[in-house]
Amino acid sequence: MLDAIGVGSLEDLFAEIPEGVRLGRELDLPEGRAEQEVYEELASLAARNGHCDDEVSFLGAGMYDHYVPALVDSILQRSEYLTPYTPYQPEVSQGGLQVMFEFQTAISELTGLPISNASVYEGPSAVAAAGYLAKLETGRTKLVASRGVHPHSRAALRTHAAGYRMAVEEVPLTAEGATDVAALASEIDDDTAAVFLQQPNFLGTVEELGELAEAAGGKGALVVCAADPLPLGVLKPPGEQGVDICVGEGQTLGNRLDFGGPSFGFFAAQERFIRKLPGRIAGETRDVDGKRGFVLTLQTREQHIRREKATHNICTSQALNALAGVIYLSWLGKRGLVEIAELMLRRTHYARQALGLEAINPGPVVREFAVRAPDLDALFERARAEQINPGYRLGSDYPEYEDGLLIAITERRTRADIDRLATVAAAAREGVAA
Amino acid sequence: MTPDPSATIFERSREGRRAFVPPAPDVPEVPIDELLPASARRGRPAELPEVSEPEIVRHYNTLSKMNFDLDTGFYPLGSCTMKHNPKLHERLAALPGHARLHPLQDPAYAQGALELMWLLERALSEIAGLPHVSLQPSAGSHGELAGLLLTRAYHEDRGEERTKVLTPDTAHGTNPATVTMAGYEVVKVGTAADGGVDLDDLREKAGEDVACLMLTNPNTLGLFDSNIEEIARVVHGAGATLYYDGANLNAVMGIARPGDMGFDIVHFNLHKTFTQPHGGGGPGAGPIAVSDRIEPFLPVPRVVRRAGEDGPEPRFDLEHDAPKTIGRLRGFHGNFGVFVRSFAYIRSLGGDGLKEASESAVLNANYLRARLAEFDEYLPIAFDRTCMHEFVLSGRGAKGKLGIKTLDIAKRMLDHQVHPPTVYFPLLVDEALMIEPTETEPKERLDDFVEIVGSILDEAKEDPDIVRNAPYTTPVRRLDEAAAAKRPVVRWRPGADNPGDPERAAGSGASDGAGGSGVTPTA
Repeated sequence: MLDAIGVGSLEDLFAEIPEGVRLGRELDLPEGRAEQEVYEELASLAARNGHCDDEVSFLGAGMYDHYVPALVDSILQRSEYLTPYTPYQPEVSQGGLQVMFEFQTAISELTGLPISNASVYEGPSAVAAAGYLAKLETGRTKLVASRGVHPHSRAALRTHAAGYRMAVEEVPLTAEGATDVAALASEIDDDTAAVFLQQPNFLGTVEELGELAEAAGGKGALVVCAADPLPLGVLKPPGEQGVDICVGEGQTLGNRLDFGGPSFGFFAAQERFIRKLPGRIAGETRDVDGKRGFVLTLQTREQHIRREKATHNICTSQALNALAGVIYLSWLGKRGLVEIAELMLRRTHYARQALGLEAINPGPVVREFAVRAPDLDALFERARAEQINPGYRLGSDYPEYEDGLLIAITERRTRADIDRLATVAAAAREGVAA
Repeated sequence: MTPDPSATIFERSREGRRAFVPPAPDVPEVPIDELLPASARRGRPAELPEVSEPEIVRHYNTLSKMNFDLDTGFYPLGSCTMKHNPKLHERLAALPGHARLHPLQDPAYAQGALELMWLLERALSEIAGLPHVSLQPSAGSHGELAGLLLTRAYHEDRGEERTKVLTPDTAHGTNPATVTMAGYEVVKVGTAADGGVDLDDLREKAGEDVACLMLTNPNTLGLFDSNIEEIARVVHGAGATLYYDGANLNAVMGIARPGDMGFDIVHFNLHKTFTQPHGGGGPGAGPIAVSDRIEPFLPVPRVVRRAGEDGPEPRFDLEHDAPKTIGRLRGFHGNFGVFVRSFAYIRSLGGDGLKEASESAVLNANYLRARLAEFDEYLPIAFDRTCMHEFVLSGRGAKGKLGIKTLDIAKRMLDHQVHPPTVYFPLLVDEALMIEPTETEPKERLDDFVEIVGSILDEAKEDPDIVRNAPYTTPVRRLDEAAAAKRPVVRWRPGADNPGDPERAAGSGASDGAGGSGVTPTA
């Protein structure tokens, strides 16, 4: 090969790298290893993690222990989905493109909004992407977010907004853990580009979205709602309640926990934003023989065409995770989505009663709720001894709920699991009282 | 009869069919309207498909067969580093200790995951030659945004306000798009006759209002910019940061490090250099490595290693408090599943293996470049120098002499069961073909590719229409992208009119601008 190139050695190929920037030594990394040795090293690291098969986990707060059917794993491991890249050549990418089109359809159905893109990175950065769209659309300087929006989403919004030069103001929650409508209305002015809500909110409260959207209206601000797609099986779609843009974290749709990623984010909107959406969009068309097919469309929004005038900088997104989402939704199907949401709703309601702890958000909830516990340290200690993870402690994100615990009830948490948690909570309470 | 493969899963729906069986109810069947007020409830169910498991399997298996993939054939997509994805990595990522680990698990019970992240950070730090790493960004473009937000925080901390970011005219599209998102103005720097940065132009533009120069080295022409030390001097002299777009890091691992070249901030594309499967467009991950002066501003949380308190065992933790941090870029800690695969890759190859990977990538690219020089009359190389891991040809000869465009050549390659190179990028090369074979292709595949290019040019000499009308053997042939953009149909609706019906297609002539499939990837 060197002869064909016309050089004498491999080193000659690197002659253009100046001496001053050459490493001149080996990388200080361990030597390469056999496959079985690498397997053993990583498997032993993995064995040191307390995962959701090792304990009964009530952790949620943005990612949830839902059952992922074997069907998803099986299809995702097909090389034809796993190993191509973005479908730049549609003639040999119809599988991936049609999946995107189906995904867009499913997200549109769930959110009640007419258009969706083919995925963004994940939930919180999707919220930030909606902020950028609001800036492009309105040219205004201020974003208003309910404190019911996930703390990571509000943080990501602030981080990104520092770039696109917008301020983020927060609206408090009421004593019942819902967004304060009056406070929201008073925070919105002529400088407000968008209002951010979440359904259900971070505490699990089902927000009165219609009322909030109405309060937000009138001053020209866009209404953005972050939503969890699974509870939307029973909840009124955001698109039917005055919401302009609905984004969210898609992990609950057939994606693993993976210690927080990769999952996917989704981005759905009213029709008028179609030329401002971030990321890939698949569209239907025909080939030269009149055969139905799919292509990446409206690419003049995107960085590879429009460069500094692009509507977002995103390129590689989460196509494989979105595929998991659409397979999962097909598996649940029209009736299954309702059934699973209703199952969670009933078990969550049961859990709230069984635990007998003071509710932070006594109103309607679907899969998650917040309570006050008199001594969280004691509760966690007892629960850990029973291989139970009681949930997420709210104190670090919400000083106002220092004794707050957020408890998630997925379809994997049975009545028996809930009763065990209730027993532990009762014992902890008695221990404190004694 | 075989069903139409283009029928969506929604069109396969039949009332009453299902795959999911719900778990047995075990709590009181309280009526739903007692639990959820009518005002909050969905009026009608979402119109998801009603299909059985065998139908779902057949549908997605059938669709998969309409995809070309790396596990099947040569995929020299320039700037995307389509190298083999070892199967071990999938097994490791699926271990319950990884796949079933909740991101908010108490760090005391996630020591294995945090140690893996810490070890990956240390390895990336060594490869970049920069001391500090954050794994958080979700992809290359997210890493770029992190880099500019860090730059802004760094300058603001010094009381400086800077408004411009320099990007070469050869830059990936994500660079200028990122600049705008980060609130800066793009200023383009020209390319010199040798394909590197035009130093005079850089000196002229690198003023006190410039915050950063974003650079890819080797650049998108596949050329190493040997003036890099001088470029760094000019940029630092102006008080700006130097940003390394890591899309092309696969050329120089263990050979030259961005930190030693003078870069302040680097992003890695784990899905390129460190072989996360590309997944049809993600997931990826875009960790960043930075110098000491940028470190205080890194995103939170940070992975930290604390000396053992009750023994020699170190403890790993997540640190959320950093007074000058830019904050969070996303939820949780980044794409951990990607970290597992990339860490396994680094462990498998080791330091020497990573260097060998880069050497082989450069060898393969130069071999292919030398072999394709045979067709110089039709596909001249854009800059005739030793290349690094990729190179760019121009289709201007074929266009002028044979009447076939680069897009036609790319489409004809599809009939030969190879994926075409990246086309029409970089923008400054007329009819560009950007070719990156990667190190995991054997010589035979490169030779096959040369033969394919030769046969396409030969048949064009006989009858250019053969190439102009390609492809012929693919699941669909050339698609009407203009029609798709003119009246976008972006979801399935029952009974909706067919976007490709002949009348409608005839009425669409307007273009959505630059061609869809004739475009480039990056980040």
